[in-house]
Amino acid sequence: MKYIILNIESWQIMITFNDVSKVYPNGTKGLNHINLTINEGELVVIVGLSGAGKSTLLRSINRLIDISEGDIQINGQSITSASGAKLRRIRRGIGMIFQSFNLVKRSTVMRNVLSGRVGHHSTLRTVFGMFPKEDHELALDALARVNLQEKAYSRADQLSGGQQQRVSIARALAQQPQIILADEPVASLDPLTTRQVMDDLQRINQELQITTIINLHFIDLAREYATRIIGLRAGEIVFDGTPEEATDDVFSHIYGRPIHRDEVLGANAPGEDIVTVIPDAADIKATSGEPL
Amino acid sequence: MNMMIEAPAAPKKYKKILTWLFFIVVLVLCSIQTEVTPYQLIRGLPQMGILLSEMFPPDWSYLPTIWKPMVETVQIALVGTMLGGLLAIPVSLLCAYNIVQSRLVSLPVRLILNLVRTIPDLLFAAIFVAIFGIGPFAGMLAILFFSFGLIAKLTFEAIEAIDPGPMEAMTAVGANKIQLIVFGVIPQALPYYMSYLLYAFEINVRAASVLGLVGAGGIGLLLDRSLGLFRYDRAAMIILLTLVIVLVIDYGSTVLRRKLL
Repeated sequence: MKYIILNIESWQIMITFNDVSKVYPNGTKGLNHINLTINEGELVVIVGLSGAGKSTLLRSINRLIDISEGDIQINGQSITSASGAKLRRIRRGIGMIFQSFNLVKRSTVMRNVLSGRVGHHSTLRTVFGMFPKEDHELALDALARVNLQEKAYSRADQLSGGQQQRVSIARALAQQPQIILADEPVASLDPLTTRQVMDDLQRINQELQITTIINLHFIDLAREYATRIIGLRAGEIVFDGTPEEATDDVFSHIYGRPIHRDEVLGANAPGEDIVTVIPDAADIKATSGEPL
Repeated sequence: MNMMIEAPAAPKKYKKILTWLFFIVVLVLCSIQTEVTPYQLIRGLPQMGILLSEMFPPDWSYLPTIWKPMVETVQIALVGTMLGGLLAIPVSLLCAYNIVQSRLVSLPVRLILNLVRTIPDLLFAAIFVAIFGIGPFAGMLAILFFSFGLIAKLTFEAIEAIDPGPMEAMTAVGANKIQLIVFGVIPQALPYYMSYLLYAFEINVRAASVLGLVGAGGIGLLLDRSLGLFRYDRAAMIILLTLVIVLVIDYGSTVLRRKLL
């Protein structure tokens, strides 16, 4: 059925997984024969227990993790076979947001955001920090989109956790990416800042049509923000559908026992039992300590 | 129900006693073999008194004469530390396993670094005096190599301890290796590096003041001469001035380092 849907969709295909598997050196299967197509402008939320392969899936897209088998195409180019300058050029078009922000805390916000531009210029130019004027404007514009323009010249470690995460969103935006990947972006944040960060990601996705893929632990957030939810279990896609289709039952299947897709899809009326609750701070704390 | 949980047995006492006994035996044996005994200390006490009395009062009129060599000493330390520190930057990056993945590169570099570090500064000075002749140039080279070994070692350990997050972010952004180092590594390691540079300078001012003993320039030459001529009042003056200079530099560097970290 899937190919029919693809034909109807007028969106350009942005990411393609062709039979992708990842086996870690210790024998753990991170991904197991994944076939997946993500279209331009989608806001995909990947859900699943920790260890289900969410991080592996996300990090294989910009090849922070090398896959063992298969091929991943970004906008028609294989990142799996790319290397050197070509690999860096593909990565330049993919912004990434991390659970622990990964900012240089001693540097200014501006320098952190400008570091998103290094892929666009020569080594010599960037080493001496000679970014063109347009880059500074671009960086300020990116900061304005996350409402942090006035913090541009503060040191990153003077900002709160939520602000730091929004700086890292600005850094990704400064890349002028076609894709933004966010690996558990809110797992180290409190409920209020969680919402701000998710709102920023959603707004950027809608305003700039940047394809966005987010790993999340929290089902309520997934339902509220996603245009498409993918459920992973033991390295396999066990659910792929709209937030309306992702009922509580579906989630319990993703998280628990094996899922029988045909049984569950459309079993509940859309929107019927969608509860939008911000998860407890305690829940967030409990997950924030997990390794990526 | 009636599970008996045995209390862990207390550690055996004899281990502790044996350890202490071992250290005492080693100490006594070494002391006898090298004739470093408290007896020597007591026998030397009167001599110490004589020396001290001859040192006082220090010869204040000697101050203008030793001022220039003292400045030269600090200059030797300064130039040597700076150049050694510069040389340490690329080498410490090459040593760090989190920057250079290939052991084929980092292991030989580490080996060379360790070799350099086994040679004490006075030995370096003696070697360079033999090569380049008597004078401050040999002293500067000795300081250079000594501080290079020290700074490179401390810095590469600091680099290996940095947060890998920003490096990962730079990889994701599409940065090449040099850009990754400049944006992800150097901002994190810089305060440590600067602190080690200052620390090395502190040590080097002290080291440079005795380099003259082997003819490598600086205030040490005059100290050697004063001692040889039994002018202990002049030697006292040199020691006093060195003390003041070292204290001032130590204090300044401590304040700066506290601000850096």
